[in-house]
Amino acid sequence: MTRFIAPIITLAILVGFFFVGLHKDPSIVPSPLIGKPAPVYELPLLLKPDETLGTEKLLGQVYLLNIWGTWCPGCRVEHGALLEIERQNIVPIYGLNLKDDPRLARQWLAELGDPYVATMVDTEGRVSIDWGVYGAPETFLVDHKGMVVHKLIAPINMQIWHEDFLPLIQQLKAAQP
Amino acid sequence: MKKMIAVLLLMPLLSFAVDDSEPMEDPEFQARYETLVRELRCLVCQNQPIADSNAPLAKDLRRQVREMLLSGSSDSEIYSFMTDRYGDFVLYRPPFVQRTWLLWLAPGIFLLLGGTILARTLRQRAAMPIDDDDEDEGVIE
Repeated sequence: MTRFIAPIITLAILVGFFFVGLHKDPSIVPSPLIGKPAPVYELPLLLKPDETLGTEKLLGQVYLLNIWGTWCPGCRVEHGALLEIERQNIVPIYGLNLKDDPRLARQWLAELGDPYVATMVDTEGRVSIDWGVYGAPETFLVDHKGMVVHKLIAPINMQIWHEDFLPLIQQLKAAQP
Repeated sequence: MKKMIAVLLLMPLLSFAVDDSEPMEDPEFQARYETLVRELRCLVCQNQPIADSNAPLAKDLRRQVREMLLSGSSDSEIYSFMTDRYGDFVLYRPPFVQRTWLLWLAPGIFLLLGGTILARTLRQRAAMPIDDDDEDEGVIE
């Protein structure tokens, strides 16, 4: 009987490993930016091309930065949720339009509605590299000091908003009235 | 059937380099470039280095590597540029840190464990009386 103990323990350990592995999504890579200052950049705006916006100008407020493009199917999926979050008026949402045709991007906002206070244009994708973006849509939560607090690599929806973003935002707002 | 096998065998010839950029002028830079883009993982298509990927991000990161080389960055500066943004996962060779020591040492640990078990089993076998081993064979004859 004792000769079965070792194989059974080994099997149990393996099953444990596989079970944990099964519930992890390897396509989601944690961002090294969390807890660090947001990359510094300044980009022209989609709707007012002669104005610019960037990390320094956004200091002093808690905001969401949403990376999107008209070529990105997940962005269409999350658009309704972004509009609803905007209606709740809790945090401003800024857009970063990634490697897109500005004409199509403007048309997208006109047709589907514009949840963004402003959308910045990253034509070459360089600012997005600084943000470590690898799969739009991505949404970052940045605090009033310009620190990256949270990152979502998936279309946002109301459940994720309530469970992951809102508690963090409430904490940030409680700490800095 | 033979034709099909022939077609299948010729298939690999259809593959061609994804990286369609001009080689860098300085052959030393080109050599470093080729190593770097093989060591960096494309996060969009995780089982490919950025050298082999068609994803727009891989293309942008190849451009980034090229530009950094030309502006005089060292290889380690380029690697840390990438890990600062995308994390250690972007490296095909993860660094030896607290989170990865088990990963790095596991092959050695398993080899040692297997070797010990093997040695013990062999020693036990050697100590066994030979008659016991041949019991089954006797029945077959």
